[in-house]
Amino acid sequence: MPSLDLFFQPEIFLVWTATLKTVVILGLVLTMVAYSVWAERKVSAFIQDRVGPNRVGWAGLIQPIADGVKLLLKENFVPGGVNKFFFSIAPSLAMIPAILVLAVLPFGSSLFSVPMVIANLDIGVLWVFAVSSLGVYGIVLAGWASNSKYPFLGGIRSSSQMISYELSLGLSVVPIFMITGTLNLGEIVQYQVDHGWMVFPAWFQSGGGLLEVTTKSGSRFGFDLEQTLLWIPMMISFVIFIIAMFAETNRMPFDLPEAEQELIGGYHTEYSSMRFALFFLGEYAAMIAGAGVIVTLFLGGWSLPFIPDGSQGWFWGLVNIGTFFAKVAAVIFFFLWVRWTLPRFRFDQLMHLGWYVFFEVALVNIFLTAGLLAYLQS
Amino acid sequence: MATTVQRPKLSLLERSYFPAILGGLWITLQHFIKMLLGQTKVTMQYPEQKWDSAMPEWYRGAPTLVKDEHDRERCVACQLCEFICPPRAIAIKPAELPADDQWSKVEKYPEKFDIDMIRCIYCGLCEEVCPEQAIFLRKDYSITGLTRAEMVHDKEKLYELGGVRNGLVHKWNEKK
Repeated sequence: MPSLDLFFQPEIFLVWTATLKTVVILGLVLTMVAYSVWAERKVSAFIQDRVGPNRVGWAGLIQPIADGVKLLLKENFVPGGVNKFFFSIAPSLAMIPAILVLAVLPFGSSLFSVPMVIANLDIGVLWVFAVSSLGVYGIVLAGWASNSKYPFLGGIRSSSQMISYELSLGLSVVPIFMITGTLNLGEIVQYQVDHGWMVFPAWFQSGGGLLEVTTKSGSRFGFDLEQTLLWIPMMISFVIFIIAMFAETNRMPFDLPEAEQELIGGYHTEYSSMRFALFFLGEYAAMIAGAGVIVTLFLGGWSLPFIPDGSQGWFWGLVNIGTFFAKVAAVIFFFLWVRWTLPRFRFDQLMHLGWYVFFEVALVNIFLTAGLLAYLQS
Repeated sequence: MATTVQRPKLSLLERSYFPAILGGLWITLQHFIKMLLGQTKVTMQYPEQKWDSAMPEWYRGAPTLVKDEHDRERCVACQLCEFICPPRAIAIKPAELPADDQWSKVEKYPEKFDIDMIRCIYCGLCEEVCPEQAIFLRKDYSITGLTRAEMVHDKEKLYELGGVRNGLVHKWNEKK
């Protein structure tokens, strides 16, 4: 059949598989956004010995839809004296970068030998940092365009917060590239499949050393001397990166731009209806994207020890995708858990942490990794 | 004289926030898990669960009119409750009983008996002042309505809420 052949020509195949992947991932992630709002309310309630939403649907599971309908039906009020253009585009600017990050995340190994990543960029990590930093413009513009003091303070806080953590965020992942030798997120995951996760290097395909166990199927489990040494800078990177990610996504210990108690909601004080919802959902989308980046860089992406990848059949491909999203959900739970545990940092404390602690530690960490790599290769 | 409060000296580990952060995370996790396992006592889920069984005998809820075991209305429209009611929630329109009625010796009955539940303060003075044991405060506390008119309990509604009460004094029965 000629019409079917057309679909399998390389270019056309690439176009329709990419479109399909985009649609599925977008649908999946937007559903996750809605349900992470539900999870936030439920987790906060459980931590505070409350019940949480339980009226709409079983255990409140239809609550996100009810929230959405309510927000859609509200009046989209624009206060007088705002800069209408920036006021209108700011919510989209907060939402879009978070979603764009998803394009380069490998959310699975492969399915029917189609790689499970929307865009397999060789500069994947650069894309992540370039795009996710744009999210701050939404907040700054919203704060400025609102023509109101509290949003303005929120916008100012957001921009100065960004310059204090962005450096350590970028520097903390440099050791990963030094070890893996690539900026491609898919290859970073593949490295972790071969050598163990960055935060837990306890299995490997090659090498050997401490405590080696070979299973019947031929996979080897144990501690590789080289990976165990490199585990030290990796843990430092992991801690700095995850803390910087909290600041990047405006999550609790660093949610200074919002600060309900101090700034009455900060940058989105003047917003209502769906524009407010876009800010609100954008924060959760950024959280999911951030969790995806953490999982990909440090927690082994879609890999689990002794689970084959998608080249062994579509079932394992689906297992890999499930693994990735399960890990993302676990990291999101950690985000929520931290939010309902820690109080907000004071503003000067955040700047102090960013400039005096994390920046230096991340910088030293790079030299530590370089020294270790030089020692191991000599 | 001003005194200087000595700040406690923190060790490097304490200043790094990590012990405190991990301790806090541990506490919140315990609360979370206890709630998941259903070991935490939580608020009563109001519309499904109610206080009713725990309500004391003397609870002062909505005032109601009662009938006795002969299905005869107790109220003789003396209007004492209307006069004593502090917020003037009660409005009674007395009327003569027809002469051929079995209980015509009672002389009066309430043709209209309205209690405005927006005004009622549940003080119980109407029950206390009633010489006929006709008005009682019951345990109904959830009195709601969509309009003001709905919130005025008329005679029919009051008897429906009050129902029948046995063992009341029948002081008029002997004087036939």
